[in-house]
Amino acid sequence: MSSSTRTHAPVAPAVAEAPARRRRRGVRRMSRRDRIAVALLLGIPLLIDIAFVWVPALGTVALSFFKWNGVGSLSTKTCQPNLPSILNNGCMDGVQNFHQAASNYPAFWPAVWHNLIWLGVFVFIATPLGMLFAVLIDRGIKGSRMYQSILFLPVMLSLALVGIIWEFMYSQNLGLINTVIGRNGSTNAIDWLGDPHINLWAVLVEATWRQSGYVMVLYLAGLKAVDPTLREAALVDGANAWQTFWRVVFPVMRPINIVIMVVTVIESLRAFDLVYITNKGINGLELLSVLVTSNIVGETQRVGFGSALGVVLLVISLVPITIFLYQTFRREESR
Amino acid sequence: MTTDTLPPLQAQPAAQGPKKSRPWGQIASQLFLISASVMWLLPIAFALYVAIRPYEDTTKYGYVSLPHHLTLQNFSDAWVQSDMLHFFLNSVMITLPSVIIVLALASGVAFVLTRVNVKINVTLLILFTAGNLLPQQVIITPLYRIFLKIPLPSFLGGSGLMYNSITGLIVINVAFQLGFCVFVLSNYMKSIPEEMYEAAMVDGASLWTRFWKLTVPLCRPALAALATLLTTWIYNDFFWAITLMSSGDKRPVTSALANLQGQFVSNQNLIAAAAMIAAVPTLIVYILLQKQFIAGLSLGSSKG
Repeated sequence: MSSSTRTHAPVAPAVAEAPARRRRRGVRRMSRRDRIAVALLLGIPLLIDIAFVWVPALGTVALSFFKWNGVGSLSTKTCQPNLPSILNNGCMDGVQNFHQAASNYPAFWPAVWHNLIWLGVFVFIATPLGMLFAVLIDRGIKGSRMYQSILFLPVMLSLALVGIIWEFMYSQNLGLINTVIGRNGSTNAIDWLGDPHINLWAVLVEATWRQSGYVMVLYLAGLKAVDPTLREAALVDGANAWQTFWRVVFPVMRPINIVIMVVTVIESLRAFDLVYITNKGINGLELLSVLVTSNIVGETQRVGFGSALGVVLLVISLVPITIFLYQTFRREESR
Repeated sequence: MTTDTLPPLQAQPAAQGPKKSRPWGQIASQLFLISASVMWLLPIAFALYVAIRPYEDTTKYGYVSLPHHLTLQNFSDAWVQSDMLHFFLNSVMITLPSVIIVLALASGVAFVLTRVNVKINVTLLILFTAGNLLPQQVIITPLYRIFLKIPLPSFLGGSGLMYNSITGLIVINVAFQLGFCVFVLSNYMKSIPEEMYEAAMVDGASLWTRFWKLTVPLCRPALAALATLLTTWIYNDFFWAITLMSSGDKRPVTSALANLQGQFVSNQNLIAAAAMIAAVPTLIVYILLQKQFIAGLSLGSSKG
């Protein structure tokens, strides 16, 4: 798809001018009923999107400057540092939440670190693995359809189910892995999901198991869009398979590479289900997403503080989002 | 999806390329893919094996042992004891309306943004697309408060509030998935030739007719692909159901399993069986609609 739009791109502006002028005239000529139709078709979804996605997103930013336990109302008063914290409720606290998160919240830096490890594993293991699967399958190897179906199977499962399914592999005394490596006795069994030094890696195996199938399908779509004549040309020029892929095919897949980069970063920031189902995201499995959730849903609600953690997530996620939007909409903006 | 392009590509290297390295490459690739497939199937197969063994066997011999006795009893026990039908119905009541509403709303937006010259259409498209890319946790804190504030008539499923109601989950699923569908559908609609719309306008078709009678039918492949994707995503949702519902009995099946884990903690075979049952719907969707499903993923990605 992308290759076809690319080849048409130089022609498009010249052709597009005429319909654009006509369309503009069309708007002025729009009847009353047409205007109502436009207002409804656009208005209702826009309202829903703004009310339930963008207002909360901005609300997170606003709440992050408050100290609030969720009870009582918010006010624009500033918090008094020498009052006991129970009386300081619903007041403006400046950047104290952020300061507290970074300096005085033991789970914060481990969570950031775990998120970074998660991202690293997705970038350096899950993505290359998925790409390798896609390249091998795309070469039409015998049984490629079957391999594709099998490798994609985990993507269809809910992450919560993935967590449950893998618990039988990792179970301390009864699990498949400990039994196979002979560590299922009660004395020297490895507690894969309970030991805070290894459980993150154990869960990352589960996450990679699912993520690489997803990456594979995205790359298969990208490879399909590559103009076959490019490969033939490379072949005629005497390039081997390795050179053809890295010098010709991979650069042409730039749009899909951006998509996969965005998916990878966003998915590693969103990661929540697997660690929550494993041990509610504590004891070695802290992630930013878990900290946000545990601060706002539960007994002691620290709404402002949880929001500050949400803002940290927001700021990080804006980087890939901006790159993606820039890459995708640059062409249309210039029109 | 690879068969269209591959035969000619494959034939040529065989004819021209170095003959010696190809067979080894083939064998290595096969070995690699076979071992990967085994590793990819193993956890699922093992969970299935646990599910078809009686509890007594696993307590006596452990999970990893030869079968002395196989049974489907765990499946029926899990089904009955955990009230799974109830949770399945919750899932259906959330997923089905969500998918239909998202597709209806998103096709309207995509149509207006691609076919009516709204001044700020690119800005709006960016607004929708970016909303879908935010991590859920970025919006959950205020959303949770908003859901606690919005009253809801009791016939819409619940506690009198948006929070802890099936309607609430439908609303957030719709709002959150809108962005992706608008993005995909507007890309798709751009490929419909302008001439068709000109012809329709000459015939005096109103904007609504051009949308409903012309555009929507032409978008059927994209809508089918999106419907399959959305069904699995919304069915598999865990986060919204965990955070926006307090009580277990209104939750959809995949998040209800988190409660079952506590309930069946002594009988892991039952959990395995329940997990396998909960996986069935998406697996059926995958098997029946594999083509649409993969087309959907490619629609969303390769149009960058």
